[in-house]
Amino acid sequence: MTRVIALLLMVMAGALQIAWDIAPALAAPVGETFSDPVLEARARNLQRQLRCLVCQGESIDDSHSPFAADVRQLVRQQIAEGKSDEQIEDFLVARYGDFILMKPPVQPNTWLLWLMPFVVLGGAGAVAWVTVKKASATES
Amino acid sequence: MTGELGQVSLCFALALSLVMAVSGFLGMRPAGQIARGAAISSAMGLLVFVGLAFATLTYAFVVSDFSIGLVARHSSTLKPLVYKISGVWGNHEGSMLLWVLVLAIYAAVVAGLQRGGVRLTSAALGVQGLLAAAFLLFILFTSNPFFRLDPEPFEGAGLNPLLQDPGLAFHPPMLYAGYVGLSAAFSYAAAALLVGEVAIASNWARAARPFMLMAWIALTGGIALGSWWAYYELGWGGFWAWDPVENASLMPWLIATALLHSALATEKSGAFRTWSLLLAIAGFSLSLIGTFLVRSGVLSSVHAFASDPTRGFFIMILIFLAIGGALALFAWRAPTLKSGAAFAPVSRETALLLNNVFLVAACSAVFVGTLYPLVLDAVNGSKITVGPPYYALIFAPIFFVLLLLVPFGPALGWKRADFQTALRSLYPALGLAAVAAIAVLAIVSPRGLAATGAFGAAGWLIGASLLDIRKRKGARASAFAAALAHAGLGVSLMGVAGTTAWRSEALTVLAPGQTMMVGSYTLRFDGVTREKGPNYVADRGHIALMKGDKVSAVLKPEHRFYSAEGQDMNDTAIHTNGLRDLYLALGDDRGGGRFALRAYVSPLAPLIWLGGLMMGLGGILSLLGRLRVKEPDKQPAAPAMAQAAE
Repeated sequence: MTRVIALLLMVMAGALQIAWDIAPALAAPVGETFSDPVLEARARNLQRQLRCLVCQGESIDDSHSPFAADVRQLVRQQIAEGKSDEQIEDFLVARYGDFILMKPPVQPNTWLLWLMPFVVLGGAGAVAWVTVKKASATES
Repeated sequence: MTGELGQVSLCFALALSLVMAVSGFLGMRPAGQIARGAAISSAMGLLVFVGLAFATLTYAFVVSDFSIGLVARHSSTLKPLVYKISGVWGNHEGSMLLWVLVLAIYAAVVAGLQRGGVRLTSAALGVQGLLAAAFLLFILFTSNPFFRLDPEPFEGAGLNPLLQDPGLAFHPPMLYAGYVGLSAAFSYAAAALLVGEVAIASNWARAARPFMLMAWIALTGGIALGSWWAYYELGWGGFWAWDPVENASLMPWLIATALLHSALATEKSGAFRTWSLLLAIAGFSLSLIGTFLVRSGVLSSVHAFASDPTRGFFIMILIFLAIGGALALFAWRAPTLKSGAAFAPVSRETALLLNNVFLVAACSAVFVGTLYPLVLDAVNGSKITVGPPYYALIFAPIFFVLLLLVPFGPALGWKRADFQTALRSLYPALGLAAVAAIAVLAIVSPRGLAATGAFGAAGWLIGASLLDIRKRKGARASAFAAALAHAGLGVSLMGVAGTTAWRSEALTVLAPGQTMMVGSYTLRFDGVTREKGPNYVADRGHIALMKGDKVSAVLKPEHRFYSAEGQDMNDTAIHTNGLRDLYLALGDDRGGGRFALRAYVSPLAPLIWLGGLMMGLGGILSLLGRLRVKEPDKQPAAPAMAQAAE
């Protein structure tokens, strides 16, 4: 009888040990993994595109915060359910707003953001063209 | 006593800066000889008194004089001496005092060298005086470092442990030397506009060149140090996060780079004279905006020491006055300074112009990316994130085209050149580029378009630099400056592409004796010891890098706890062979001697900073070449030197 109890205790201790192993590992960024490398790559890629809202500009892939761990779990759960990357992003945007996307969406209030550098490029290019024309006119 | 001495010194410095401003502007008239003398003496006096104030504050930190509130809040007796000293600028008030100190040093150098003639120098000193006065007023009224505490506390609160690091101790002074160095270029540009006489203004680019170079070298070094610090201290294996604070230092660097190139043409033939003036104004304006962004608390980070609205407001007024004033002056006077320089469409002038087009566009991407979320939030409260993917899509392609154009600059002659000849002379570089790209495509997996393109471009840049060096054989050292800097760009590019494309990582919980794999390396965890540092206790991991059954190296990442500050942080361990970094960070204690361990293998990571070093050295070579040639307008040898730079 004592043997059985001892054995049971050992098993329980072992289970506790395993639980202890797994629990904190789940909180760690790479702790939760898909065994399928394709799904895993998708999850990692998606995690890099999502911002940890309570951190300083870190993605949920880099962050150690509980918030990031929660969102990572959510992402993986939805991937496991067979949702597409877009569906997952839409779900998160509906929940947390555009702020969660590392890549700002292209929409009327970000047109300026996306176009400005090319406007500057075009403008500066035009100025350069005029300058060169003038300079070569004086030159010849 | 020390606090009062510092306070009085600052008041004297303020008075002298005002004298310097007034006499500097008076001295710009042909007859203003006496005023010119006064401007020069007050520049020297300014340096003495700001230096005295700074030395006083440093002394207070070194002896831990906690009767000064700033010292009590940002230092402790437990800190090692070097961090007591770096603590002087590890806070808002002290960093502003450092800013003014650097400004005063540049003003004294401007006064001492008298480049570009006495009248131009005098006007430049006037502008430097105004800037110094504005910052001194800011310090005295909103950010006084010498406020007393009564009663005096027994122990200070310490310094943010993140800042207790050799890399970061010298990152701010370096960056400030860059930011404020652009103030000298700005002052010369404003001086040229103020004097408004073509004969004098045409000297400005040559007069301001050493200051542009100093600023550029310091910015390059400061950015490199900052990213190196982020790499080994923050424990996430990255080196650049497109964080607004990083962007704040990148923008002036991009514009300073553009300015260095356009001013080259301005010096040579007077081409782009007004454009160079505008760039000098923009460069320092971006330094000011960067300081505002970083220091005002608009962006909260390790860098934002203060979130006091009066300070933000004051800096904002200062920025408006400086930028607005300079631009108004530019709009008023620049048309009279226009030069009708002539050059053919295929010439080095055109190449330099294209360099500027792309650098300015790249800078605008960083500018919009940094400020757009703030503006959008202020306008209608919508919050967006502009993260790395934005810069990968917008900044990277613009910068990539710029890199492809780089080799044409040195290959084309001034005024008029033949494109076919230039291209033919670059064929070997084109060959190297093809070899590099094909090698990456064929040998390395995973295959990627970005890495292939980057290595092709790196081969192109380095090959062209080698050709340039061969062409100049026997010339003096400064003739190789451009080749060295351009090759450095290629080397950095390889580092960035290598780590981005091929980094492998692993995160595991290990018990002593267990092993893990990262990339092709095997690591054995040999347990953790408790160590005591000067002002922290640390868990030090002992991890053996295995080669077969033998230990080839032992890495010791630490997890430190700073008691005075009540914070903990990571100290990573990096094992490098010059071509790849094995990077380890010790995670949390999981009980029973088991720890979480994060490991990266970053191929080519060291090249990022090697390239930065090469760029900096290129700048230093160019600067030394400049300083050897004494007074440019009296020296007939000056054009010869410009030819050597071809």
